[in-house]
Amino acid sequence: MDRTQLLNKLWEYQHEFGYISKNAISKISKSLQVSNIEIESVISFYHFFHKQPTGKNIIYLNNNIISEIKGFEDIKTTFEKETGCNFNEQGNDEFSLFETSCIGLNDQEPAALINFLPFTDLTPKKVKLIIQKIKNGENLKDFASKTKSKIQYTPKEDKTVLFRPYVMGKSIKEGLKYSSQEVIDKITKSKLLGLGGAFFPAGYKWQSCKNNVDDIKYIICNADEGEPGTFKDRAILQHVPGLLYEGMILAGYATGAKEGIIYLRAEYLYLLPELEKLLEEFYSKNLLGKNILGVEGYDFDIRYQIGAGSYVCGAASALIESMEGRRGEPPVRMWSATKHGFKHKPTVVNNVETLAYASRIIELGEDFFLSLGTEESPGTKLISISGDVAKPGIYEIEYGTSFKKLLGIEMSQATAPYFLQVSGPSGDCINSSEFDRKICKEDLLCGGALMVFNRNRDILQIFRNFMEFFKEESCGVCTPCRAGNFILTEKVKKIQRGLCSQEDLDDIKQWGKIIKLSSRCGLGKTSPNSLMMAIDKFPDYFNIKIAPSNEDQHVEFDMENAIHEFDSIIKDTQL
Amino acid sequence: MKNISFKIDGRNCTAEQGQNLIEAAKQNGIFIPTLCHFKHLNPLGSCRVCTVKNNGRTIAGCTLNVDEGMDIEVNTPELLDARKAILEMMFVEGNHFCPSCEKSGDCQMQNLGYETGIRYTRFPHLFVDRIVDARPERIVVNQNRCIKCKRCIEEVRTTDGNRVFNFTNRGNKTLVSIDYEQEAKLSDTQAEHAMHICPTGSILVKGKSFGKPFGNREFDYSNKEKNISFNEIKKHKTTHKKKRIATTSLAGCFGCHMSMLDVDLGILDLIEVVEFNKSPITDIKNFTEHCDIGLIEGGCCNTHNIEVLREFRKNCDILVSVGECAIWGGLPAIRNTVPLEECLKEAYLNSMTSEENEIIIPNHEDIPKILNKVYSNHEVVKIDYHIPGCPPNANHIWNVVKHILFEEEYSIAYPEFKYD
Ligand code: SF4
Ligand code: SF4
Ligand code: SF4
Repeated sequence: MDRTQLLNKLWEYQHEFGYISKNAISKISKSLQVSNIEIESVISFYHFFHKQPTGKNIIYLNNNIISEIKGFEDIKTTFEKETGCNFNEQGNDEFSLFETSCIGLNDQEPAALINFLPFTDLTPKKVKLIIQKIKNGENLKDFASKTKSKIQYTPKEDKTVLFRPYVMGKSIKEGLKYSSQEVIDKITKSKLLGLGGAFFPAGYKWQSCKNNVDDIKYIICNADEGEPGTFKDRAILQHVPGLLYEGMILAGYATGAKEGIIYLRAEYLYLLPELEKLLEEFYSKNLLGKNILGVEGYDFDIRYQIGAGSYVCGAASALIESMEGRRGEPPVRMWSATKHGFKHKPTVVNNVETLAYASRIIELGEDFFLSLGTEESPGTKLISISGDVAKPGIYEIEYGTSFKKLLGIEMSQATAPYFLQVSGPSGDCINSSEFDRKICKEDLLCGGALMVFNRNRDILQIFRNFMEFFKEESCGVCTPCRAGNFILTEKVKKIQRGLCSQEDLDDIKQWGKIIKLSSRCGLGKTSPNSLMMAIDKFPDYFNIKIAPSNEDQHVEFDMENAIHEFDSIIKDTQL
Repeated sequence: MKNISFKIDGRNCTAEQGQNLIEAAKQNGIFIPTLCHFKHLNPLGSCRVCTVKNNGRTIAGCTLNVDEGMDIEVNTPELLDARKAILEMMFVEGNHFCPSCEKSGDCQMQNLGYETGIRYTRFPHLFVDRIVDARPERIVVNQNRCIKCKRCIEEVRTTDGNRVFNFTNRGNKTLVSIDYEQEAKLSDTQAEHAMHICPTGSILVKGKSFGKPFGNREFDYSNKEKNISFNEIKKHKTTHKKKRIATTSLAGCFGCHMSMLDVDLGILDLIEVVEFNKSPITDIKNFTEHCDIGLIEGGCCNTHNIEVLREFRKNCDILVSVGECAIWGGLPAIRNTVPLEECLKEAYLNSMTSEENEIIIPNHEDIPKILNKVYSNHEVVKIDYHIPGCPPNANHIWNVVKHILFEEEYSIAYPEFKYD
C-alpha cells in the first residue's frame, strides 16, 4: 500500500466496523512498514476516526456558535435522553454521540450528521422522531434532510457570474480556443483571488506551477470548507458542481497537470454520490479522460479524496500532508506548493469557489469579469449569511457591496444587528459604526462567512465558542497556538464568571499579540484576532464587565466556590 | 559555498550562504535560544522559542537559512518578551515541579527559564492531569514535563528504522505517545540517547535516573562573589528608623524559612535595621503593629491559609511571595491535577495506615477546610513582588528585602535564583 492511500484505508475500516481496531492498526502498519504508533498518531488526529468501538449510528451534532444560539443545548439533551448515551463518550451498541465543529449547514441550524447524512433545523420533537425511526429500523436515507441552500440573492440582470444557467463543457470549449499561456494570462488579468480565505492571486499560482517543469503535476481542489459559518462551497457543489470540474480541467490545461484531486471534507460525504455521477457524465462526454474533446495529449482525470474531520487541513500545506497520509500538521515550509507540493511535485491548490470562478472567467471573458466589482477585486463573491437574519443562505454579491446593504430589507433582513463576524472566527468582527464598510480588497475582504448577531447575544459566549474551537482544532505542534489558545479560553471563562478587570482585557491583547507573532501557521496567527478587536470595538459591552474597583480588584478568589467541593464530599462521609 | 553577509540586530555578520540561522548566529557570537532545534534534524519549528524577525516578518529562527542582505532582529524588547512568554506557556501548560524532577539542573527548559529571567508566569497554571507512562520496558515517559518539541519523534528509531515515539491526539490534548513494541527493541544505548536528547525530564530510562543523577548539573553557576555584605545594611541604621517585617509559612514546607536563617550571623546585622513582628522566627502569633513588609512562604491550600494571607495583606504595606509554592503553588499543587475527592480518600480512607473500612474524613469546625485546589497567593490577594526559588537562597531573599525596604533598584541576576 502506498502511504497516500492511508486515509482511504482508515475510512474503509471506520465505515465497516465503526472503529479502527488494534488489529487493523497492526495490519496497516505492517503493510506500510511503519510502527503502530505512526498509524495511531494519524487516527487520533482526525475527529471522525475512532479507536474504540462505536454504536451502529454515529451522531455528530454541530456545536458552533450559530447552533448554540439556535438551541444546541436542548437538542443535545434530547439526543442524550432518547438514545440513553452521553455526548463525547463511546456510547452503546446502537448509538454514539459526538459534538463536532461546523458542518457547513449554518443556515439550517441546529443540524447534525447521522452516519454522515444530514438532519437539519432540529427541534426536540424532531429529534425524538428521528431516534424513534432509527429504532424502528427505518432507513436513514429515507428521512434525511434536504440541505440545498437557498440562493437568496444574485446581482441584477446579467451581472450574475456564478449562478447563471450552466451549460456543460462551455468553458472548456472556450478555453481550448486559447493556448495554455493565454488561459493563465486571462486569469491573471482578471485579478481572481484565492477565495478560501487567503486571497492569494490565482493566476500567480497557475503561472508558477506552469513554470516549474516536471513530468507530473497536480491540481488539488480544496473542498475542506471548515471555517465556521461558511457554506458557500457546499452551495457550489450542490448547484453548479460542473463549474468546479471545468475549472480544474482548465487549470490542468493551463499548467500541464494531468491529475486533479478534490479533497472533500467528510462532513459533505452525502454530496458524493451526486458528484460522482456528474463526474461520470464528464467522462462519457469526453470532458475528462484521454484526449479531451479530441485535443491530442490533453488528458485529465479527477478523483475524490475524503478528509476525516480537521479544520487545520483547510490550509493548503496541511491539506497536502493529510493527502499524503500524515497528521494534518502544517509543515515547516521551505518551498511553495507550486514547486514541491503533493508527492513533492508542482501542485496548485485552489478552493472550490476559485476554480468555479476561473471557469466562468474563461467562459464569459475577463473583460466582463473586470467590469464588475471594484478596481482591486473585480467580479462577484459568494457570501454565506447566517445568524439573526430573516433570510439566511447564499448571496452572490458584487464586490463593493456594503454590509449595510447585505443586512438590509432587500437582502438578508437582519433584526437589530449588533455584532458581525466576518470570515468566521479567524476573521474580523465589526460593530454597527462600521456597517458602511464594503466587502472588497480596498476595504474588508470576506472569505465567505457572515455571521450576524443581534443585541441580545452575549459577546463572551461567542468568543468562548470560538476559542474552544481553536483550542481543539490547533494541530498541537507549536507552543503558542496549542497552549496560548487554551490560556485565552480560560481567560474568557474567567471573565464570564464575572471576574474581569481592565488588566484582564489588557492581558488578552498582550497575549494575543504574542500568539499571533510566534505561531507557525495561519491558525495561530489569526485565532486571537477577533477577540482582541472586539475589546476595542465593543467598549460598552466590555466596560460593564469590569468589576467595580477595590483593593483586590484583579484577584480571582471566591471562598464559597473554593470550599464547596470539600463540603459536599464531607457531607457524604460523616457519621 | 559562497560567503554572504547579513545583519543581526544591526551588527554585521558573515556566514556561508544557506546556513541555518541558529548556527550562523552562534558563529558570530550571538546566542539564539532554542529547545526543539537539534543538530542534524531538519528544523522542527515546534517550540517557537527562537522566534526572530527577518526583514520585519516573524519566523522561527531554526527554520531560516541565511542569505545575502538579510536583516534579522533577535533581541528586541518585543522578541525577548515573546520568547519569555512562550517559555512561560510551557511551564503553565505542563506540570513542572522542578524540585522533584530528575532532570533538574541538567534541563534545557529550566535553564532557559533562568536565562530569560522568569520569576513567575504571567499566565495561570492550567494543571491538566497528565499521565506518567511506565509501561514500556526501559523508558518512562512523564507527560507532565513534555513540551512537544518533537525531538524524540524524529530522532529515536529502532535499528530497523521504525519510530518509537509519535504525537497522538491534537490541539491542547496533543501527547507524545510511545510504541511499546518498538520500544522493546531499543538497545540500552538507544534508550539512553532518547533520555539525553529530550530537552526536559520527560523521557527517563528506568534504573538510570534515580539513585545517582544521570547527568551533571551543567547549568549550575556558582555565585560566590555575589554574596552581599551585611555591613552595607548598617549604613541605613542612622538614616532610617527600624523597619518592621512579618513572615509566615502557609502551604509550604518551612524550607524557605530555613533558608532565611541560612544567613547565619548576618541575621545579627539584619536585626539592627529591621525588627520582626508576627513571624515563626519570633513566635509572635498576632500582628501587634502595622508592618512595612510581609514575606509569605507557601500558597493557600485551606481556609486558614486564606485568612492568614488576607490578614497579612491588611497589615503589611508590601507583600512578597517567597519561593515557588507561594508564587504558583509549587509542590503542594501536585494535587491540583487530581480531583479533591480522590486526594482525600487516598489520604484518609485508602492509605496504608488507615483502618480497614474507614469511611470518615476528619472534619470539625476547628479544622480548616481544604480548598478545591492549591491557590497561588496572587490569585487571592495582591502580591507586590515574587522571589523565585525552591527555596530561594538566604542572601537572595534578604537582598530583595533590603532593596525593597530601602528603595534601591535591584534585579535578580541569573545565577542567584533557582527553581529547585
Ligand atoms: S499555529 Fe496552531 S495549527 Fe498552526 S502549526 Fe502551530 S499549533 Fe499547528
Ligand atoms: S527540571 Fe525541567 S523538566 Fe524537570 S520540572 Fe523543571 S523544567 Fe520541567
Ligand atoms: S518527550 Fe522530550 S523530546 Fe519528546 S517531545 Fe516531549 S520534550 Fe520533546
